[in-house]
Amino acid sequence: MSTPSLPLADLVRQVRQSREYPRLTDAIPYTRFMGIGVENLAGEMLCRMRYAPHLIGNSLLPALHGGTLGALLESSAIFELLLKTDTERVPKVISTTVDFLRSGKAQDTFARAFITRQGRRVANVRVEAWQDDRTRPIASSHALFLLSEP
Amino acid sequence: MLFTEAVPHNHALALRLEEVGATDATVVMPYADVLVGNPETGVVAGGAVTTLIDAASGTAVMAALDAFAAIVTLDLRIDYLRPARPGLPLTARAECYKVTRLVAFVRALVHQGDPAMPVASSQGTFMRVED
Repeated sequence: MSTPSLPLADLVRQVRQSREYPRLTDAIPYTRFMGIGVENLAGEMLCRMRYAPHLIGNSLLPALHGGTLGALLESSAIFELLLKTDTERVPKVISTTVDFLRSGKAQDTFARAFITRQGRRVANVRVEAWQDDRTRPIASSHALFLLSEP
Repeated sequence: MLFTEAVPHNHALALRLEEVGATDATVVMPYADVLVGNPETGVVAGGAVTTLIDAASGTAVMAALDAFAAIVTLDLRIDYLRPARPGLPLTARAECYKVTRLVAFVRALVHQGDPAMPVASSQGTFMRVED
């Protein structure tokens, strides 16, 4: 298992200030593997999953694997919570519901997360993912996260 | 079918089809460093579990259909029941318990060796698409 050189809580605190998002997304092996990063685009914090051949689920179409969209939606929610709230640990997902709306093409996919409720222990997050046209999302989710250790 | 090179992402996660029944499928995802979502605990990312469940559920639907058909996932709800232990493979057993003309309903449980101690449970719907 790869260990970041800095404790994650310190890294998160630094990245909240510096906005050097790749330092955080590269510290998480799965998001590095999936090519998922956080970007500040026109003053808005978005997630981007860079297209790579290993994300394909159906080679004939070709289309992204549904699981990769689930991964982007969940990562987007986690980064939103890590960077916009005071939580110091990676939030634990309690439950998630994903709606697959359109098939994902072999290209970059974007996601934007909205924290709909933040309590002391639990946060509700809604996420939408799209490719060419933001008004035609390809997947959306709502998820519950546990913010602190019981 | 689902586990050949025709599904590159299943291949990338080294998913292994263990068993297929009349209406069910069992798929194993070996533990791997690249799947870690929390570098402090070594716990596998939820996104990888989503992919495992989607693959097992889709295979169960294919098994339950009487003829080959293209299918798409409509929705997937996953409950995380207990923390997954790092270092161990995750096994998803999915059962397609109802098929209508267009829509199939699937439940799945994910465990790490003891099916009585699931780490996640899911409910999904799939649709048959004309091609």
